Amino acid sequence: MFYIYCPYCGEHREEEEFHPKGQAHIERPKEPEACSDEEWGDYLFFRDNPRGVHHEMWVHAVGCRKFFNVTRHTVSYEILETYKMGEQPSITADSQSQAREGAAVSQQEGVRA
Amino acid sequence: MSQSKQQVYRLNTGGRIDRSRTLSFTFNGQRYQGHPGDTLASALLANGVDIVNRSFKYSRPRGIVAAGAEEPNAIVQLGSSEAAQVPNVRATQQALYEGLAASSTNGWPNVQRDLMGLFGKLGGQFMPPGFYYKTFMAPASMWLTYEKYIRKAAGLGRSPMEADPDNYDHFNQHCDVLVVGAGAAGLAAALAAARSGARVMVADEQEEMGGSLLASRETLEGKPADQWVARVLDELASCENVTLLPRTTANGYHDHNFVTLHERRTEHLGDTAPVENGHRQVRARLHRVRAGQVILSTGAHERPLVYAGNDVPGNLLAGAVSTYIRRYGVAPGRKLVLSTSNDYGYRAALDWKEAGCEVVAIVDAREAPAGDWVDAARAQGIKIITGSAVIEAKGSNRVTAARVAKIDIGAFKVSGPVQELACDTIASSGGYSPVIHLASHTGARPTWRDDILGFVPRLVKGVQACGGANGCYALGDVLAEGVEAGIKAAAAMGHAVQTVTLPSAERLQQGSAVALFQVPHEKPTLRGPKQFVDLQNDVTAAGIELATREGFESIEHIKRYTAMGFGTDQGKLGNINGMAIAARCLNRSIPEVGTTVFRPNYTPVTFGAIVGRHCRDLFDPERYTALHQWHVERGAEFEDVGQWKRPWYYPQKVNGKTETMHEAVARECLAVREKVGILDASTLGKIDIQGPDAREFLARIYTNKWEKLAVGKCRYGLMCKDDGMVTDDGVTSCLAENHFLMTTTTGGAAAILEWLELWHQTEWPELDVYFSSVTDHWATMTITGPEARKLLAEISDLDLDRDSFKFMDWRSGKVAGVPARVFRISFTGELTFEINVQANYAMHVWQTLFKHGEKYGLTPYGTETMHVLRAEKGFIIVGQETDGSVTPEDLGMQWCVGYDKPYSWIGKRALTRSDTKRENRKQLVGLRPKDPKVILEEGAQIVLDPKHAIPMPMVGHVTSSYYSPILDSGFALAVVKGGHQKLGETVYLPMADGQTHEAEIVSTIFYDPKGERQHV
Amino acid sequence: MSNAATFDTRTDTAIPVESPLAYSYRRSGAPQAGGPSRLQLRERAMLGHLILRGGAIVLDEAVRDVLGISLPGQPQALVQDASGERSIQWLSPDEWLVIVPGGEEFPLETKLREQLGSAHFAISDVSGGQTLLELSGEAARELLMKTVIYDVHPSNFPVGKGVTTVFAKATTILRRPSDERWELVVRRSFADYCYRWLLDAGAEFGINVQQ
Repeated sequence: MFYIYCPYCGEHREEEEFHPKGQAHIERPKEPEACSDEEWGDYLFFRDNPRGVHHEMWVHAVGCRKFFNVTRHTVSYEILETYKMGEQPSITADSQSQAREGAAVSQQEGVRA
Repeated sequence: MSQSKQQVYRLNTGGRIDRSRTLSFTFNGQRYQGHPGDTLASALLANGVDIVNRSFKYSRPRGIVAAGAEEPNAIVQLGSSEAAQVPNVRATQQALYEGLAASSTNGWPNVQRDLMGLFGKLGGQFMPPGFYYKTFMAPASMWLTYEKYIRKAAGLGRSPMEADPDNYDHFNQHCDVLVVGAGAAGLAAALAAARSGARVMVADEQEEMGGSLLASRETLEGKPADQWVARVLDELASCENVTLLPRTTANGYHDHNFVTLHERRTEHLGDTAPVENGHRQVRARLHRVRAGQVILSTGAHERPLVYAGNDVPGNLLAGAVSTYIRRYGVAPGRKLVLSTSNDYGYRAALDWKEAGCEVVAIVDAREAPAGDWVDAARAQGIKIITGSAVIEAKGSNRVTAARVAKIDIGAFKVSGPVQELACDTIASSGGYSPVIHLASHTGARPTWRDDILGFVPRLVKGVQACGGANGCYALGDVLAEGVEAGIKAAAAMGHAVQTVTLPSAERLQQGSAVALFQVPHEKPTLRGPKQFVDLQNDVTAAGIELATREGFESIEHIKRYTAMGFGTDQGKLGNINGMAIAARCLNRSIPEVGTTVFRPNYTPVTFGAIVGRHCRDLFDPERYTALHQWHVERGAEFEDVGQWKRPWYYPQKVNGKTETMHEAVARECLAVREKVGILDASTLGKIDIQGPDAREFLARIYTNKWEKLAVGKCRYGLMCKDDGMVTDDGVTSCLAENHFLMTTTTGGAAAILEWLELWHQTEWPELDVYFSSVTDHWATMTITGPEARKLLAEISDLDLDRDSFKFMDWRSGKVAGVPARVFRISFTGELTFEINVQANYAMHVWQTLFKHGEKYGLTPYGTETMHVLRAEKGFIIVGQETDGSVTPEDLGMQWCVGYDKPYSWIGKRALTRSDTKRENRKQLVGLRPKDPKVILEEGAQIVLDPKHAIPMPMVGHVTSSYYSPILDSGFALAVVKGGHQKLGETVYLPMADGQTHEAEIVSTIFYDPKGERQHV
Repeated sequence: MSNAATFDTRTDTAIPVESPLAYSYRRSGAPQAGGPSRLQLRERAMLGHLILRGGAIVLDEAVRDVLGISLPGQPQALVQDASGERSIQWLSPDEWLVIVPGGEEFPLETKLREQLGSAHFAISDVSGGQTLLELSGEAARELLMKTVIYDVHPSNFPVGKGVTTVFAKATTILRRPSDERWELVVRRSFADYCYRWLLDAGAEFGINVQQ
């Protein structure tokens, strides 16, 4: 059960108030007709599944009904930050790996069997 | 039987029991007595009950081993009546109450004379680990037979066959600091945090808070430790910011400091909750706690030594022996042999001696034990045998002797002659294992510490461990760790801590412990008598050794192969010993082998507590329309549509007999086709859309065109996901140039509103438009049928003329005196008016319609009739004709697709993908069974050649199928590969009963193909 | 003008109305505790409920002019007029719930629309779609702890706050207009479920229903 900071409500709220909406920052191609079938298929069906830092979109469904982004560690489930729609994350996989040399080790430790 | 003879092992003094009152209880039908303050376990020991169960696999007699949550054997079934049955209760955790009725969960026909024991004895050596997998899995057909037998033998308790009379509930808690475990460390932490003003919760699983301090021989400030406990509890209880939860187990530690606590509120009072002020009290409560900071002060479990026969009743943990004597006033035997690897174990011998019983010997694995407690034992004149261990317990139903010998731990062998010491009790101590279960639930693997011979928790954010849980055992240090944890936790939540003065504890000299996880025997482990590692699951040292020999190297695999640490036990007692034995067999270190993962729940939780109030008619919300009362009174049968209760059909009494569904639906259908029917359509989703860009937004989200829809007009719309698959449909009306009212399917309302918001907030924030749900604000009454106009005209001021109020128009006016919006749209193909009024007026309007409708034959109809009527017209239902893999083109609804709209609307691009362009996609068609009496089965598969060898190629399936009263024939909608090109062809539907139905592919419109009736 | 359709769903004609709890009273009754009660429940039916959408700055001026109270700009804020009969609650950065005495909602909507002119905003009348339940008594907070997942401790939920949150397996708008009172705004179709839940969970406190 996550405890999620809603950037619009300015509070941590219980996970039950939210719906996850998949990977964040998936932009609809501006000119769909100009996409090849493969490009359109990528947009529709292909998503990242990283071990580590992941940017996700959530909606505060039972609350302010606003969509926003969550940067979450997929191993520890720690939420590193949340930010409004249209904003960019300040924490990314790159910034994390630079910040922590030992990241690989601690990820190993936190594995859920 | 006299009183004194009954509680033969009860001491005359000492303990926290009330000897002035007597409680009677039964165990396996036998009547016994105990005192308030007893647990069921202490009362059983007081009465000399040695055998409390039969073991799971070998059916060996088992007695009480521990005094707390780690008890593996004394697992009982509680309940004096059928409805009150509770399985899986640890006798060590169950407070005694008057009339308590308990029985063993294992043992058939009973624990004393156990037939299964024969199987265990005979089969013992034939039941190695993996026995069930190896023996009973083949032939597969026999498993059910085996299973029945094994279940009976295993007897894991049973659930009640009658409804539980008790109430349970959930509490949503939020606090700054949650302290789990109220022993020395926890109380110190709680005190520190509480004084800071932080919101503190303290949960402790026992009847009384205080943990080991309640039975400690150590003093605080020179006084018995329990006096300090009482003082601290008084202070905590007086703090408004502190919630104390005794009898409350923290069972699960979930993400982001979410902890579930299981509070047993009345289980110490009786097997059903008492009634107070006419209300049955809440029996158990699940606290769902979101804590800012968690302090794990869960203490440590003593590790038993693993030696031959260590499961015979009379083998106990050393600490348990002390607890029974000091807390419950029970000495669980007369003659004690203590086998220990450390100083802590000595306390059991000292307590035993002080209770006036005989200590035969202390057998210490260390060559030269030294320390204050060792000295105290010597001073008491207790014989200490060093460098040795109890290598085997003798006896079958109770220990009769201990076989003691010198051992060489490094070489893992018995190194001296064996002597046999007569005794009835063997206490053992192999040191402590910190209780790391909760920390482990978070996914963090623990860390091995050689200095304490145990794993300590590795911690995630916002949690600390202190005291025994952190491998810290000296009382003074434990208190200091507790205070520090409390201060840190409060500070992390922004609360500064006032001073906390620690009580002075004795500084004891202690010798270091020796690592002893399995005691060697004269015979090799695999051939010697059984040495139990996990008593609850009957896992032996030999079993673990065998598993490693068979190639199991990962501790998780060994766990699954041997069942070590399974089930309710969760490895509390045996896990470390088992891992250490595996490590020795694999020639690896303990940290290399690692631990298994402990999972919630820490101890069993009743279903009642898990379910809380979400049961019976509160199991799930039932949504009602404003007209529900009328439907109920009219005798409607209801259908669940999402959470809504919708009238399904309204059976009438005809000649004293209630109509069948088929009869009622046929009557309702004909009433609509021939006269007029009425449907409560209030459940349809309604979304109010306002803004200058509303029209543009609709054009992007719907497949069809909206730019020309005039004020006063309605239009059917189809919605796709961006993969081109139909996701919802409904009618949207233009209320004003910048104002639309969208309707959605009943089940899709919330999802579609979220869908609109998704696109608006993420992709098109530049569009000026707002969406608000008005589903519940409006009640919708659909009158449909040739007489609908006449009926409405009687009670409305609207101009209903066919030329001024056309099909697909909406008008506002008054209906039955109530302001209404009326939409001339049709889902039946008949002349239809959908009357929308504010829901608070709905009942009046509905009743007025009936007052005037009788002469027109106004007939209420439900969802089943609605389905038949719309299917006769070939109107789809999203979710029935579609399943997320159907495009508008598959449905033959190209008329509803705006191919040339300027914006590439949601779903458009996907319609030109190669897969959506395939010619053999499943396409919607009508099916007319060759035999009109046949109603095809919904979901039935369609084949082209019924003579084809099995497996037959399947080309589609039936999506909707009904009997049509107006056609007097069965008919169906179906999806068939390339179906649009197959009109007139015959297909076959082979059924499970061997029959094959024949049907012709026809148009989806079965009735009024030109659509004239809705325009009249 | 915003070019939206307005529609007064009420009539002055004496026509029987049914609150969202009408069915529930018939089905479950309105329990009265025998002795002193620690918990009271009262439905405040037939009030005017409007959903206001738009930019805070745009709406604030109009709301102040028309209603005499300022639009709460802070998340979770609830403001009331002096009488306590009119309130505005923040629901989201561009959404507010206005509750006024029954019958005032349509004139209010009309005035706001006039005031707002051609600005981009939306007003939706939802008066028939929800009802307001009022809880009071010393056990109210405990009852809420059994019912909503949001933290109702006074340190987190002072007077003048309101949130949308989970109510058992449904949803609610929960607000605290005064020290003694809590208000639950529940959707009409869920009202019976919510009512039955409150009666069941409130039984141990001797819940009293005032009709």
